[in-house]
Amino acid sequence: MKQSRLGSWIALIIGTLYFVVPLAGTFEFSLRMRSGEYSFDAYRSVFSDSAFQDSFVFSTLMALATIVIGVLLVVPTAYWVQLRLRKLRPLIEFVTLLPLVIPAIVIVFGYLRLYNSSSFLPMTSEIWSTNLLLAFSYVTLALPYMYRAVDTGLRAIDVRTLTEAAENLGAGWATILFRVILPNVRTAILSGAFLTFAIVIGEFTMASLLNRPAFGPYLQLVGANRAYEPSALAVMAFVLTWACMGLINVFGRAKQIKHAP
Amino acid sequence: MVQTAWAWVGVAPFLVFALMFLILPTLYLVVGGFQDPDGNFTLQNIFDLFTPSIMSAYWISIKVSGASALVGAVIGFGLAYAVVLGGLPAWIRPTLMTFSGVASNFAGLPLAFAFLATLGRTGLVTVLLVKFFDFNIYATGFNLLSFCGLTLTYLYFQIPLMVLILTPALDGLKREWREASEILGASKLQYWLHVAFPILWPSVLGCTLLLFANAFGAIATAYALTGSSLNIITILLYAQIRGDVLHNPNLGYALALGMIFITGLTNGAYIWLRGRSERWLR
Amino acid sequence: MAFLEINQVRKAFNQNVVVQNVDLAIERGEFVSFLGPSGCGKTTTLRMVAGFELPTAGTIRIDGKDITHLRPNQRNVGMVFQSYALFPNMTVAENVAFGLKVAKRPAAEIGPRVDEMLNIIKLPHLAGRYPYQLSGGQQQRVALARALAIKPQVLLLDEPLSALDAKIRVSLREEIRSLQRKLGITTIYVTHDQEEALSMSDRIVVMNEGRVDQVGAPFEIYNQPKTRFVASFVGTLSVLSGTVVDAASGVLDVGGQKIVAGRGFPNAKAGDACAVSLRPEAARLEGFGGQGATTNMADHAERNRLQGTIEEVAFLGSVIRIKVRLGDNILSLDTFNNPGVTPPERGAKATVTFSPADLLVLEGV
Ligand SMILES: Nc1ncnc2c1ncn2[C@@H]1O[C@H](COP(=O)(O)OP(=O)(O)OP(=O)(O)O)[C@@H](O)[C@H]1O
Ligand SMILES: [Mg+2]
Repeated sequence: MKQSRLGSWIALIIGTLYFVVPLAGTFEFSLRMRSGEYSFDAYRSVFSDSAFQDSFVFSTLMALATIVIGVLLVVPTAYWVQLRLRKLRPLIEFVTLLPLVIPAIVIVFGYLRLYNSSSFLPMTSEIWSTNLLLAFSYVTLALPYMYRAVDTGLRAIDVRTLTEAAENLGAGWATILFRVILPNVRTAILSGAFLTFAIVIGEFTMASLLNRPAFGPYLQLVGANRAYEPSALAVMAFVLTWACMGLINVFGRAKQIKHAP
Repeated sequence: MVQTAWAWVGVAPFLVFALMFLILPTLYLVVGGFQDPDGNFTLQNIFDLFTPSIMSAYWISIKVSGASALVGAVIGFGLAYAVVLGGLPAWIRPTLMTFSGVASNFAGLPLAFAFLATLGRTGLVTVLLVKFFDFNIYATGFNLLSFCGLTLTYLYFQIPLMVLILTPALDGLKREWREASEILGASKLQYWLHVAFPILWPSVLGCTLLLFANAFGAIATAYALTGSSLNIITILLYAQIRGDVLHNPNLGYALALGMIFITGLTNGAYIWLRGRSERWLR
Repeated sequence: MAFLEINQVRKAFNQNVVVQNVDLAIERGEFVSFLGPSGCGKTTTLRMVAGFELPTAGTIRIDGKDITHLRPNQRNVGMVFQSYALFPNMTVAENVAFGLKVAKRPAAEIGPRVDEMLNIIKLPHLAGRYPYQLSGGQQQRVALARALAIKPQVLLLDEPLSALDAKIRVSLREEIRSLQRKLGITTIYVTHDQEEALSMSDRIVVMNEGRVDQVGAPFEIYNQPKTRFVASFVGTLSVLSGTVVDAASGVLDVGGQKIVAGRGFPNAKAGDACAVSLRPEAARLEGFGGQGATTNMADHAERNRLQGTIEEVAFLGSVIRIKVRLGDNILSLDTFNNPGVTPPERGAKATVTFSPADLLVLEGV
């Protein structure tokens, strides 16, 4: 009894060290820019870099676009499958899991072949359409998480009864979707959204291969050319990830409290 | 009939999207892998995959993914076990889960930067080890920009991912099974040998496969860490996409095809194993 | 000396005492039920016998041997859980064989023993099935076979039937009881279903808030409850609160009306508060044609009479159960359904009569 508990503590301590030491190391390294003393110079240097600001803004906008497109695509589909097309569910679920099977680099490789400037749909020939393609690629990346979150959310409420009740009161489909279904899966959508944000904000492969000035390629550039800034950026990325997960937790918990008897 | 046709309209946007941005691009590569530059059917590209340079790229990828998946699974299992069945205080569990959620998503370039700052030649741990123990890890032949280094780095997200996906399986072990086996005369070891582990192994193996696939498709961390000094398959493919380093576009498609084949196999096995364990734990 | 002895056993979970000084002696081959409401400590007591909980104080002996500190796997006790707890990765036969296998018995012994057990539970044709392919009732029978396969000294069952539906529950309880008789195995059966306890047990232990209130044969527990709790939990006895007027002759005052308890109050004096109980079938409604179902109709003059109002009339088929309010007390009485007589109406005045001999004096108030 005592002994097994000791083992548990040891496992936990090793795990914690593995988790904390690289963070401490990174933080310490990020403070070393001024020789002989610790300073926040690396952070200052990052923040004053206009490329940092531009790429970060670009990626944030990309993330928002991804979330909007993802929600518009996933919510009606998941709703409709639950309401009318239950037999289609295995197919839809299989499709949403495909991005876990097909590596991101393969997907974007396909885009470059299929939608290049000499193809039937030359999406990469204009900046705006390339941006759209990038957003679409991010939607596929986020699809497994987004769909799972929304589908679980929808399963928790009785979609059919809610819809019928709304129809009886004379509501049209847009009203049903936006006024009845969406508010009920808001929590699920929010957690999906924060996860999407965490995935998209520092994404490298797709942005780099589509040649867009996103945060991921910027990070790569800094990593290859600077000494201390990368650690500062890593610390910031970590804080950002932490914030996203924290927000998911906060919203998840708020829902639990609301549902408690 | 009309009803059903209308019902399909509801999922049409999704299906069109999936077709255009998920399935067709992939299919294009798959088909291209079986064609020569003139569009005729050939198996030559598949055979060409078996040249030493390409094989070694696949092999290094498989080794790194396999090692990080296996080690990650073992350590992750230990942590999940400690937190679910180890009799630790109750607050530890949600804390560990939150940490795991963060760490498993902390991948890509920032992760590489973090490990360079920690275990690089002037990293904190490297320096501290020299200072206090007079031990230089680089003198032992260790290099962060190598198979070992990459595996060690991948573990940073592999271990927490294992904790996250295995904890529900450990929760599924009912207390009554342990008690029933105990009162039937079984020792703790016999319980694990005959009951707990046979119930868990499909989940454990399935999760390990998931970790494997997770690492296999990754590129950013490796790229930032090693540049192109460690030729894993994703980095080779990246170079091929950028500049046709193989001087044969169709061979590039075959390269992608090989990756899909491996991750597909892994995921298929995972799904099969999950079905098996769910049937039991219902 | 009894086969299974529980001596002054007590259990506290961090200061919170859930089992208090339980004393119990169970004979070899006896079938004893623990009966009580949820949370009264039945499971905890059973788990101390099994070895899953260590008593805070007291000892437990089986066949003269102190097992209080033995680990569960050294006790040779069989247990059946409410949730069946079959191992999902093993077939029915493998489940039944498990105890023998971990005891490293030779295969030549295990095979026949498993067959024998499967025949006893009448499921030999399901030997190769997995638990998820069985119904709840079948799973519980397999769990029973698994527990019995190791020939345990004592069999413990914790609400084994409460997850099953009503029909199977009745047939399975008969099966368990006949199997127990046949094997002569000492058995403790935990339940909160009084019908189950009354129909199956040699003796019933009624528990309340961690204490044993009464131990006795089903007949005794039902007919001569010792406390207000036993009277109201087992069966449907009415409990009347009153004040002792004359202890020797048994006169008491219930809400201003005087009645007589035939056996007197041996442990009380005039002016003490007291509680008495009455079986519903022993009371009669005066002026209402239905006959009281039982006994002691002897002398009309000697019968107790209490005036009250009809509170509720429940039609139960062959029996009509009537609740009569007497001040703060409620008295239930059963009369046979007589098609020729209309039942009384709610709110009507009524007089209840019963024999002094049927009035039981309870311990405590
Ligand atoms: N491990 C434990 N830690 C703290 N308290 C416990 C523990 N196990 C049981 N208890 C408490 O002990 C009391 C008795 O529990 P027990 O399970 O013995 O009741 P029971 O009579 O079996 O009830 P039920 O009919 O609901 O099964 C309960 O109040 C319960 O909350
Ligand atoms: Mg209980």
